[in-house]
Amino acid sequence: MKLETFIIKRLFLMLIVLFGVSVVVFVVARAIPADPVGAILGGNAPIELVDEMRRRLGLDKPLFDQFLDFMSGVVRGDLGVSIKSNRPVIKDIAEFFPATLELAIVAALISIILGVPLGIFSAVHRNKLVDHFCRVFSILGVSMPVFWTGLLLLILFYYRLGWLPGSGRVGIFTVMPPKVTGLLLLDSLLAGDFGAFKDALSHIILPAVVLGYSATASIARIMRSSMLDVLRQDFIRTAKAKGIGRRLVIYRHALRNALIPVVTVIGLTFGSLLEGAVLTETIFGWPGLGRYIVNSLLLLDYPAIMGGTLFVAVVYSLVNLVVDIIYAALDPRMRV
Amino acid sequence: MSRLLDVENLRVIFHTYRGTIKALNGIRLWLNEEERLGIVGETGCGKSVSALSVMRLIEAPGEIIDGQILFEGNDILKLSEEDMDRHIRGKRMSMIFQEPISALNPVFKVGFQIAETIAHCNDISIGDAYKLVPESLEMVGLDWKRSIDLYPHELSGGMAQRVMIAMALAIKPKLLIADEPTSALDVTIQAQILQLLDELVKIGKNAVILITHDLGVASEFCDRITVMYAGNVIEISNSEEIFDEPLHPYTKGLISSIPIIGASRELTGIPGSVPDLVSPPSGCRFHPRCDFCFDRCRTEPPTLSEISPGHFVACHLYSDGVKEG
Ligand SMILES: Nc1ncnc2c1ncn2[C@@H]1O[C@H](COP(=O)(O)OP(=O)(O)O)[C@@H](O)[C@H]1O
Ligand code: SF4
Ligand SMILES: [Mg+2]
Repeated sequence: MKLETFIIKRLFLMLIVLFGVSVVVFVVARAIPADPVGAILGGNAPIELVDEMRRRLGLDKPLFDQFLDFMSGVVRGDLGVSIKSNRPVIKDIAEFFPATLELAIVAALISIILGVPLGIFSAVHRNKLVDHFCRVFSILGVSMPVFWTGLLLLILFYYRLGWLPGSGRVGIFTVMPPKVTGLLLLDSLLAGDFGAFKDALSHIILPAVVLGYSATASIARIMRSSMLDVLRQDFIRTAKAKGIGRRLVIYRHALRNALIPVVTVIGLTFGSLLEGAVLTETIFGWPGLGRYIVNSLLLLDYPAIMGGTLFVAVVYSLVNLVVDIIYAALDPRMRV
Repeated sequence: MSRLLDVENLRVIFHTYRGTIKALNGIRLWLNEEERLGIVGETGCGKSVSALSVMRLIEAPGEIIDGQILFEGNDILKLSEEDMDRHIRGKRMSMIFQEPISALNPVFKVGFQIAETIAHCNDISIGDAYKLVPESLEMVGLDWKRSIDLYPHELSGGMAQRVMIAMALAIKPKLLIADEPTSALDVTIQAQILQLLDELVKIGKNAVILITHDLGVASEFCDRITVMYAGNVIEISNSEEIFDEPLHPYTKGLISSIPIIGASRELTGIPGSVPDLVSPPSGCRFHPRCDFCFDRCRTEPPTLSEISPGHFVACHLYSDGVKEG
């Protein structure tokens, strides 16, 4: 199959999956055994007010009509109005998501840039000193919980050494650059404001390293084992017999095959970075979507919960789509 | 005819948790230019290890611990890895393998894999080498337009082996090593592939080492046969003589175990099983399975000696004038 056909097919599949996710989100939200109206108005509100509120939220209609309303909203990109902020949920998401995205991207970059070469190095120098070092590093990364590394690094670099700030995206006195992408690092560069860039960078380092460490570790581990696995294959022997030399055998013939499972892990890792962002954002006071959804849950802010969840699902599927495309580009056997 | 390859006293071991596997116990092989040598023996006797040693492709946990491999007069065991790649592998020697589909890299198109080989051999770019790929594919009987952009998983076993042959012969090697090139293929395809190899090698004047566990195939294809048993070369002879006058009890066993098509003869086979090469039998490694075994066989390893011109055997029955059997 041609790569283009494959991508189109995957896009259709993604639409189906997103429809399924919407249904699940809707059903789960309706199944929460708590009354949002009660939560908003309190238990003693007069009945007229409760009815009025139910009407406003559309809760008086039959369930199926509610579902149709929800879905037609989703299709138009309208996720309803947040009960707490009284703003369209989509606006809230637009405000909070870039922070999460920026954190996840920086963490992902760190983990790929460190994890992939570390894994290759480890495999090529199997059982040598570097390999042992990398493996210890990986085991620590996979087994240490995020909140623990987070607190450890906070104590060291913020309280003790004072080298790095401990919370937020920028210092309170920093003037924010004009918003273009919502990614501060990018926006400050676009504005040519290097002061803001340095400030944003110093703020993102700790949370990104904490978030990226376990991802680095799992990428390095899978890269190593995948590389070792590939180096044992018959076609590697063929490549050696061709006389093309060790470098090409490793970087042309082995690496491309070995990257295939790693790409999946990178994709999964990016998903888990979005997930892990909830904890990291809490520890580092990072104003992102993770914190937004947690707060909405605590307040039973229903449209916000549904909208936020659906949005995360969309991002997840997009990441998966990209992973599948890379996968198919790397491995011709996958284009089925 | 001049000598192309001369392997003397080659010893290869494998370090494993079970102990040291003595895979090659000081073997001797030789081959003239344009000659075809068959290496025959049961699974595990060291055929592939011999072939890989000649390509210097033995790697940890394996180790070549002794011997010399003279190729065109130079001991290639003394060459550096870089020199092996620069002058020998993919330049003057090439190899095809038992499982053609897994021997091809799954993520590259057939055309690229052939072009890469041509590029390395002739020191040209892969782009330039691509222009020579159609010719190579046609040579092995493949329609180049249809096959050049295929990936290995889209090939049948027979097609894949044709691609491997195209790749191996594209560099016009002095020596082609074929390690059980047809064992993994259907019987009908086996014959086609062998016939193709036969034709191409005749045209290309390549010397060939054909490894097989089928003495019949080997003697039909090759000029000379080397029989191996448990890491030793035990008999060397030209192809006709090995059938008419086998000397070693093991070779005799091999020949009587070949089924004769049409005749309903029982397979005699050779009783017993291949010895463990971590602790091989003392003396002659074949003695636990040999009907002619006598005292000396249990203590003293027999050495290869020339019984008649060009016919060598390693068996005590033929030393000290004791000639019989
Ligand atoms: N990579 C390896 N690791 C350990 N032992 C090996 C390895 N390759 C070959 N051997 C051992 O060397 C011996 C000869 O193997 P091989 O040459 O592959 O046999 P065959 O005649 O079937 O080709 C066998 O006993 C095998 O166990
Ligand atoms: S040396 Fe002895 S045991 Fe070995 S093959 Fe000859 S007769 Fe048999
Ligand atoms: Mg073999």
